[in-house]
Amino acid sequence: MTEKNEKIKVDHLTKIFGSQINKAQELLSEGKSKAEILAQTGSNVGVDDANFTINDNEIFVIMGLSGSGKSTLLRMFNRLIEPTSGTIFVDGENIMQLDKKGLLELRRKKMSMVFQDFALLPNRTIIENAAFGLEVQGVAKTERDKKAHESLEMVGLKGYDNSYPNELSGGMQQRVGLARAITNDPDILLMDEAFSALDPLNRREMQNELLELQHKLHKTIIFISHDLNEALRIGDRILMMHDGDVVQIATPEDLLTHPKNDYVKKFIENVDRSKILTAGNIMVKPNTINIEKDGPKLALRRMNQDQISSIFVVDNDKHFLGLIDADDVSDLIKNNERDLHKILNTNVPTTSSDTAIAELFAQISKSPVPFAVIDDEKHLEGIILRSTLLEAISSNTSEGGNDNE
Amino acid sequence: MNNLFAILSGIPAIPLAKWINSFVAWLTGFAGFFNALTAGIGAILDAIQWVLDLFPAWLFIILILILTWFILRKTKHWGSMLFELLGLALIWNQGYWHDMTQTLTLVLATSLIIIVIGVPLGIWMAKSHTVNVIIRPILSFMQTMPAFVYLIPAVALFGIGMVPGVVASVIFSLPPIVSMTCLGIQQVPADLNEAAVSFGCTTWQKLFKVELPLAKATIISGINQGMMLALSMVVIASMIGTMGLGSLVYFAVGRNDAGAGFAAGIAIVILAIILDRLSEGLSGSNQNKKDN
Ligand SMILES: Nc1ncnc2c1ncn2[C@@H]1O[C@H](COP(=O)(O)OP(=O)(O)OP(=O)(O)O)[C@@H](O)[C@H]1O
Ligand SMILES: [Mg+2]
Repeated sequence: MTEKNEKIKVDHLTKIFGSQINKAQELLSEGKSKAEILAQTGSNVGVDDANFTINDNEIFVIMGLSGSGKSTLLRMFNRLIEPTSGTIFVDGENIMQLDKKGLLELRRKKMSMVFQDFALLPNRTIIENAAFGLEVQGVAKTERDKKAHESLEMVGLKGYDNSYPNELSGGMQQRVGLARAITNDPDILLMDEAFSALDPLNRREMQNELLELQHKLHKTIIFISHDLNEALRIGDRILMMHDGDVVQIATPEDLLTHPKNDYVKKFIENVDRSKILTAGNIMVKPNTINIEKDGPKLALRRMNQDQISSIFVVDNDKHFLGLIDADDVSDLIKNNERDLHKILNTNVPTTSSDTAIAELFAQISKSPVPFAVIDDEKHLEGIILRSTLLEAISSNTSEGGNDNE
Repeated sequence: MNNLFAILSGIPAIPLAKWINSFVAWLTGFAGFFNALTAGIGAILDAIQWVLDLFPAWLFIILILILTWFILRKTKHWGSMLFELLGLALIWNQGYWHDMTQTLTLVLATSLIIIVIGVPLGIWMAKSHTVNVIIRPILSFMQTMPAFVYLIPAVALFGIGMVPGVVASVIFSLPPIVSMTCLGIQQVPADLNEAAVSFGCTTWQKLFKVELPLAKATIISGINQGMMLALSMVVIASMIGTMGLGSLVYFAVGRNDAGAGFAAGIAIVILAIILDRLSEGLSGSNQNKKDN
């Protein structure tokens, strides 16, 4: 980051849920713990005295265990949740002093939100969803549809304008969520676990998409995540929360090398530096054929199309079965046979998506065929190619901070 | 124990009936208000009846068929149209056509009034805990009280004829639409509400752009239930001079004429089935839009 203009400043921000707020505040200042306060007053401390700033154009990731106050903190920025005390400045303006109209302006123009479960309106088409923010502002239909269409294209969703959300996959729905947020052209994006509901492949794709988008649009993005890998990948800085407290704010490298306390240490233990990348991180979408439906001719055509010498085989339920080789398929066709089972190679190495690639490295580099990544029920999630593995390893070690165990 | 019983039996009967009578008497004091209300409801009834009488029976049947085709075209329940054709033709054939339009007038007027009162009330209940706590027991009371009972004050306040019939029907069939509206609004997922607010919706924008559209199917099924309850009131309402199919049944009881009673009863059933299909079809068309 070159410039460090302050975008948001959070000053002694506290949120207490419940009725006995004064009592709870008193106890807080006496240094009582969250659990003690809950037991004594029935009030829940969501965020306790947070102080920090968020820079212009940075991706600021908020991390922490469930219930640590991440969503509460995020929702105070657009006052979906009213702070109990403290101040938030956006572009130097104290947003706690905004009147009703000012608050609407802030939500309409300055910041947009992306939700974990997409929160699309099921009764509206994709373009109507994406244009929602402008519709609320009273922008004319042709103009808002034009803008919405542009932002849908920007997130890589073309040709679905008149579909309904339930016709789209999770990943595509979240693209709509993202498009809806950028249609307003806000400075700030608030993203609450926006990619948590997606499968690993889609999640990674969306992370890339977000980084690319950020490259073009230069927003200030506040991103909540559960997933340290995600935080390390996309975050310029990471804020760690624990029981309503801000524990540490650091760049990914600093967080890994200088965790402030045991809580943070525990968090990053799971991603022991050399093991940061998992099979799920580097797998790619495989070319497959369905052995119960597709015949040898189709298999051969797919392989020719994509110029590959073998193709992965699944059954109707996407269970992984094995691999077939192009030469074998040609022979089969020559002999006028149809049954692909005959030439199915079931001797393919498999792994699960959370296996660290450090463990796989030796095997993968020796294996003549790609690794199959399968889940507990043997569904094929992706495959690992030797080339992407090598690429990932090399870029990972050169990022710094990742190889100093 | 014996003591307690002695004390309890010593308490004189609470003059509950007397209190209620004086309450109704007190209400009749507002004659001007109730007269105006009677005139208003009467005007609605006249207007609906006027429209229904505009069409000869055959044209009316065709219009209903067209309307059905329009509402149900996506679900393709062509059987409903055949049923309507035969059912309405039977009513016509039996010479019940005018009675049927009178009953339809009662049901439509009741539906209109319960929508106008019930939907806003349901929304208010969904938004305010206090209102919810106050209204809910009143609704249960309204619905469980035997419908006959409403006739007595209705006559005292609104006289004899169609209007008190509508009033009694409204009281009896209002609860489902209120509680279904409330339910529909409360069922809107929390994150959709958050999304609406986070994009800068005002309270009204949120209501009209998010909450009501999402609650639509639930609200319509509340309206459907209300309509069916209103229909179930037509025989009872005929006791206070509400004309229509209900009064045919009521008179048949008086003459001990099972045949006429059943014939009119069947006409009511036919009307009920048609209204049910149509109002259900309305909520279904929303579903289809999502699925196509
Ligand atoms: N409306 C509310 N009323 C009372 N307590 C609440 C409310 N919202 C949140 N809390 C409490 O505040 C604390 C922080 O909740 P928050 O939702 O911010 O956590 P989170 O870090 O986002 O968790 P998760 O990862 O599960 O989403 C929790 O203890 C929660 O129970
Ligand atoms: Mg949360």
